[in-house]
Amino acid sequence: MCHIVLLGMNHKTAPVEIREQLAVACRQEVNPLHMLPRMEHVDEMVFLSTCNRVEFLFTCNSLQDGIQEVKTLLRTHVGLPVSTPPDNYLYVYENMEAVKHLFMVASSLDSMVLGEPQILGQMKDAYRAAVEYRTVKTVLNRLLHKAFSVAKRVRTETCIGSCAVSVSYAAVELARKIFGDIRDKKVMLIGAGEMAELAAEHFLAQGVRQLTVANRTLERAMELAGKFRAETVPFDCFLDALKSMDIVLSSTGAQQPIIRYQDVRSRMRERRNKPLFFIDIAVPRDIDPKVNEIDNVYVYDIDDLQGVIDINREERRNQAQLAEHLIDEETIKFKRWMNTLSAVPTIISLRAKAETIRRNEIRKTFAQLPDLSEREREAIEILTESIIKKFLHDPIVFLKKKAQRGTQATFMDFAQQFFNLEDGDGADSSPLAQDADIATESSSFLENAKK
Amino acid sequence: MEALFLVIATLCYLCGTVGYLVYLYHDRERIHWISWSAMLIGAVFHAGAILIRSVQIGQLAFTTGQEAISLFAWMFVATYLVLQLRLQLRILGSFVSPLAVIFMLSTSLLPSQILPKSELFKSGWVILHVSTLFLANALFALAFSVAIMYLLQERHIKRKNFGFLYMRLPPLERLDSIGHLCLIIGFPLMTGGLVAGFAYASIVWQSPWNWDPKEILSIVTWIIYAVLVHERLAVGWRGRRAAWLAIFGFSVILLTFMGANLLLKGHHSIYTGKM
Repeated sequence: MCHIVLLGMNHKTAPVEIREQLAVACRQEVNPLHMLPRMEHVDEMVFLSTCNRVEFLFTCNSLQDGIQEVKTLLRTHVGLPVSTPPDNYLYVYENMEAVKHLFMVASSLDSMVLGEPQILGQMKDAYRAAVEYRTVKTVLNRLLHKAFSVAKRVRTETCIGSCAVSVSYAAVELARKIFGDIRDKKVMLIGAGEMAELAAEHFLAQGVRQLTVANRTLERAMELAGKFRAETVPFDCFLDALKSMDIVLSSTGAQQPIIRYQDVRSRMRERRNKPLFFIDIAVPRDIDPKVNEIDNVYVYDIDDLQGVIDINREERRNQAQLAEHLIDEETIKFKRWMNTLSAVPTIISLRAKAETIRRNEIRKTFAQLPDLSEREREAIEILTESIIKKFLHDPIVFLKKKAQRGTQATFMDFAQQFFNLEDGDGADSSPLAQDADIATESSSFLENAKK
Repeated sequence: MEALFLVIATLCYLCGTVGYLVYLYHDRERIHWISWSAMLIGAVFHAGAILIRSVQIGQLAFTTGQEAISLFAWMFVATYLVLQLRLQLRILGSFVSPLAVIFMLSTSLLPSQILPKSELFKSGWVILHVSTLFLANALFALAFSVAIMYLLQERHIKRKNFGFLYMRLPPLERLDSIGHLCLIIGFPLMTGGLVAGFAYASIVWQSPWNWDPKEILSIVTWIIYAVLVHERLAVGWRGRRAAWLAIFGFSVILLTFMGANLLLKGHHSIYTGKM
């Protein structure tokens, strides 16, 4: 029996300190997927790591052993001391719950910022990596492609995506609550990652005109500045630039806070105490939380933005319910497909298909030969039955033999495609991917696997 | 007649308060419009009552404690009604209208008596002294309301704990600038009012300064607001500290106004009628 398991932690279960530790670990070049060949119980695996979540999606034949093995991997990979009980922060979903959770994640219903678009891209990256490491096979391949199409369906059929509150959206709303009109405010980006870019886009869309970029690599800063018609300041001088800024978006990869209590406090008088709003979207945090204690200075990190989003979430609950219904539907469809992956249903549907063909052909033949005697008809029936039986004998023996191995899902899926057996949901199995490059990657991988 | 008008005015303010409290929970323009209208009708009846009393005694009615508080409450409501048209800060009504009701109710606690006409109060100096100071106080009361709103909202944002008020309260900068506006208009008025008072005192009593308790408290209040204005303009004080000082300043005003008029003896203790 093949089990699908999803094990991980996200912003809801783990505090920012633990996630910071994870983020550091995940910036290492070594992908934990390279450990898979050395793992005994785990069959397929996908590893998803973003700044708000770390998740292992895997299949195994024995639940207990598989989960234990992945937990060990998590410990060694993250380097958590054995004394910290990561179990408190971890969630483990099994089978259909795992499928549902994955669909929720892909559709951004589980995101810190409901409906934010980045998670799907990050999931596609995770899938690409898994394809490179050759750690996905039939089940996860299908599951991920399904997840991508579910996400697309949720996005088009509900307003979750269109009214996408992202972290940056939440930040803009907060800025409005502090400044009122933000059009004449000055915004500075420190660090120029994707996230910062997205946030900057939001602020510009809300009418902010003055944008400044400070980044360690000048090239990237200039690239962003060109895109947004912004100015650049040298990275070493960003503290002095604080004097004239109103909103600061920070997203550097620094391991230590780069803006400290004294840095800000000493500059507030020069600013004539004008409010200063820091948005810290970096993990680990860029801004010392103590900075928030200074009068007229407001610091929001990624966890704090959660609070703002909760308000929006209230309004979007209906949409989320609709989306969840879609996901439940798709989960059931996937369950149906999973069930066909064992030998017995495959053999049954194979026999059923052959029997249907035989019956149809017999009916046509008998219609053309009305003067056949009862005995002759019986003989033809027996003849056709035994042809089919003999013809199907070898494939069925083959499938039964393979059913005992760990690779059964691959063979069952292959057999179903080979004989074009309907599983109720077979229609979308061929143009698997939403984007073409994943489709080619996966099909070439499948070809390799067959060889 | 006058008493009836006062009762109607108080009831109107009460309706306005209830309306504005409902408005706090339900953001409907209609509710705001009804509440604002109730406050306006109340202010009209209130003005009528003050007018009747003034005609009756032959001078501006501010000589007894009751009259003074009533006049102040009216100025407060009128200032709010006018500012509301300019600022369009509807939620302010939810904080102003309860104060108006409290002032109105406190007048009914005081005995309603009519003092004999006094030639002392007929001078233009006195009218100037009283009207500017009352207007300044009304503005400071508004600044006080805005400061409370600021502190509530600042608390939400600073502590990252978003109650329902967070959605309803306006942005911090806006509140701060309204507080600033009230202060910038109110302070010169207050200064002018005090100068007029000293000028008149030096005419009547041959000395601008008579160690009257209210004079002392007024100077203290003036200094508090002077510090606030100076810090705001010169150093750039704003936000939480400015809000606390606005609240403190208005508390001292209340003390000056109520306390000195009613409890302490001096030539401002007009309630007793002794000069």
